[in-house]
Amino acid sequence: MTFDPRSVAGKTLDIASRTEVLVVGAGPAGLAAAKQAIDGGATVMLVDENPVAFETMGESVPQLWGGLMGGQIRNRNAMTERMLEARPELADLFETGVDIRLGTACWGLFVNHANLNWMPGSIAGLADADGGSQLIGFDQAIVATGRRDMGLAFHGWDQPGVGGISAAATLATLYAALEGKAAVVLGTTPETLLSVIDLVKAGVTIKAIVEQGDHPFADATLVARIEALGIPILTGETVRGAGFDTNGIHGIRLRDTEIACDSILLGLGAVPVIDLLQAAGVRTIFDGSRGGFVPVLGDSGSTTLANVRAAGDCAGIWGTKSADERVSRREGRIAADAALGALGKDVGSDQEPTMATIPDAALDIGYYRKQWVRTVLETLRDDVPVCQCEDVWAREILEVHPPRYLNAAAWVEPKSLTQLLGEGPPNPDQVKRLTRAGMGHCQGRRCREQVQAMLALQENLELGAVSLAVYRSPVRPLSLQDLSPAHEDPAMAEQWDSWFGMPRQWTPYWEIEKRYTVASLARETDHVTE
Amino acid sequence: MSRSEQAERLGEDERVAGASVVIIGGGVTGLSTAFWLADAGVDVLVLERGVAGWEASGRNGGGCTHPQSPLFNEEQRLWPMMDQILGYPTEFQPKRIRMALSPQQFELYSRSVRNSQQQGFEVDALDAKEVRDLVPLAGDTVYAGHLYHFGGHANPHRTVQAYAWALADRGGRLRQHVAVTGFTTAGDRVTGVQTDKGIFSCDHVLIAAGPQTGRLAGLLDVAIPLRTARAEMIVTEPLPLMPIGGTDGAGLYGRQTLRGNLAYGGGPHEWVETEEMPTANRPSTPLAGNIAQRVAQLFPKAAHAKVIRSWAGIIENTPDGRPVLDQPEPWANLTVATMSGVGFGLSPATGRALMQLIMHGQCDFADLSTLRLERFAELEPDWDALQGWLPREVAAV
Repeated sequence: MTFDPRSVAGKTLDIASRTEVLVVGAGPAGLAAAKQAIDGGATVMLVDENPVAFETMGESVPQLWGGLMGGQIRNRNAMTERMLEARPELADLFETGVDIRLGTACWGLFVNHANLNWMPGSIAGLADADGGSQLIGFDQAIVATGRRDMGLAFHGWDQPGVGGISAAATLATLYAALEGKAAVVLGTTPETLLSVIDLVKAGVTIKAIVEQGDHPFADATLVARIEALGIPILTGETVRGAGFDTNGIHGIRLRDTEIACDSILLGLGAVPVIDLLQAAGVRTIFDGSRGGFVPVLGDSGSTTLANVRAAGDCAGIWGTKSADERVSRREGRIAADAALGALGKDVGSDQEPTMATIPDAALDIGYYRKQWVRTVLETLRDDVPVCQCEDVWAREILEVHPPRYLNAAAWVEPKSLTQLLGEGPPNPDQVKRLTRAGMGHCQGRRCREQVQAMLALQENLELGAVSLAVYRSPVRPLSLQDLSPAHEDPAMAEQWDSWFGMPRQWTPYWEIEKRYTVASLARETDHVTE
Repeated sequence: MSRSEQAERLGEDERVAGASVVIIGGGVTGLSTAFWLADAGVDVLVLERGVAGWEASGRNGGGCTHPQSPLFNEEQRLWPMMDQILGYPTEFQPKRIRMALSPQQFELYSRSVRNSQQQGFEVDALDAKEVRDLVPLAGDTVYAGHLYHFGGHANPHRTVQAYAWALADRGGRLRQHVAVTGFTTAGDRVTGVQTDKGIFSCDHVLIAAGPQTGRLAGLLDVAIPLRTARAEMIVTEPLPLMPIGGTDGAGLYGRQTLRGNLAYGGGPHEWVETEEMPTANRPSTPLAGNIAQRVAQLFPKAAHAKVIRSWAGIIENTPDGRPVLDQPEPWANLTVATMSGVGFGLSPATGRALMQLIMHGQCDFADLSTLRLERFAELEPDWDALQGWLPREVAAV
């Protein structure tokens, strides 16, 4: 059969190694999945990007670290030691033969599906601690990439000392390297209050918890535990700005008061980390009972890609799950059993039937998140970047301004969002392309959910009616040289063309034949292209 | 009225207003044509199944230099004026540098230089040092280059939106999220466009629907040979601006954006099946690494730059890779347009040419005879298999 020499046909990728089961993320779900898979007789690779390089943390990857990390985080060997102490199961898994890669980020999952069908199998892109990148072949993937926090813009939120509460909890419990000593927390979700308890245990002083609503979002039992710790919850309040100087944060201004603190922890929404899944082509939906945008899940954590499963927080976040990590572990085991079944391995008789149900679906996180954004939106003047990377203000997003560096304000009339919409709901990707909000180096990790909430508020829609700006691989920043393959297939270079390499595409119109047939091309020896 | 209320009302309302000219496809070709028609006072409506410019129109290198095309002169005449004409920024920046990393590449790239010079456009040959003086990110890898005193590049997203807004300013209409399902006809006339939102009556129809163009024309028994492929690009974090952002070469097309990002593509494409509805993904693949390697070769001083995104576009192609701009028999009021994967840069000129075709039946500034469908009259029926253009799953059957 003829094949197009300039197409992907006949070309290979530089695959460094293979595994039957790839587990991404070594939290409770990932650890349980890896153990179940290796016990079931599969070859297993477990990757976790922790300990994250200091420079990468500075780019808010993968958490909103917000400069909360202490200087000791630069010592990655020491951080690896602390991680192994915090998660002793890692050593056990290593003993049983799991290929464990710490400090290794998975920047892409590539699975043949609609509009993509040339790869020899499923492939993961990994970036190791030294920055080098390699491709790994896998049969089954279990993604357990956890959670991060929704950002909230206010005056001073781009200063070191303002970060996510999940990031703070990770620094305190996994790295023992939290710089913040006296924090004010924004938000009262179950995840936030549970993190507060962990942080207090780790020696952090929580000076107050601020809640924009009239009462805490989490249930009374959890609130009682916080009150027992003597931490005030200030309801009906919101943030008006941070006090800061060259040394960082020294206080927070609320509506009626100011509180001295050295860090401000964002806890208005724990967000499932779906970047890797969505970039791979997994379909996602908004599910307020699962913490926002989550993969569309079938039985046993299956996604819309047949050999990719989700477990743990990235598959959904809710209060009772956050309170008891056995729920995530169980999801990990169920996903691993399904992966083993797909591999034709004997799963055994103690197979767990189905995923946990969600008992506390009544909480309306969509409304809650919009309310938080609403309480700060009116105070966002033209000097507060909602998108920190590209320095885009709230008004510029809502009025769809061209970016300031184009100097178009003098001659372009501002357009309302409505003029952009046509008949659909506002599309954050369209807004992103025109305003550049979310197009910087953090790729919207800090502003994505805020922009979504702002658009929903503006158009008076439920939060879930507005989509989330999409993620694209690489979902972790990688340099051009690090992304380059170590051993490229020579056929790539031999047949490389800037465009399609069609013999007649660039022929000047005054030289073109009257009739085109494939046969007429066969006489040509040179494949003349651009 | 809120968006959701609007949506509800639309669902109930099957009686929709047509237009003198209905354009199917809110990509760069359809929108440009609509703009020029509205500018000429024609009542025009664009129907887009998704969001304007969402597909290949918004996912390309942004280059504006196409000397092979009969529309080249008009492309070059219009681009420097487009911001002013439209009233919105396109980010057009003039000039282009094409770098060659080997003598063979230099010779290859000289062909389009000769084609440009033959049409009266000025190009300087540059030696390696001269390239490095003009391209701060270049390094020891460069062999030679060309400086085009014409051409340039623009921002595809912003240009698409500029057309759409300029269209609205002139009373033209764009309806997004409207899927075309068929046509109503009477004799040799297309009288209406059937959609999931009702029937839009029309005096003239332009099909400019990218990969859907062949399928939609097929509903009117007009055969347009097309196959669709997926191609990929990458973009880096912003870097300091080079004097001429339109710098490419070394097997890559692309540009440095005005923000400073390097946005480049090139290399192998994959032939895929064209889906009918806009739900499928536009996946990128590990080919991002092969592109990254070449961007680092083109710009050694940018090798440290972080890649922050990759993306893919779905591109329709005619058998010879050249556009079809035609008014096919037997219809008296039908125009079809596909740019065969090279549509963005030419769009100001294409739109103006199509406006004239629709209004006057001919174009007064370019000879479009080589872009007619009749060139495929003797095309082999299995041309796609003969050229190896079948998707893997189709070829395997």
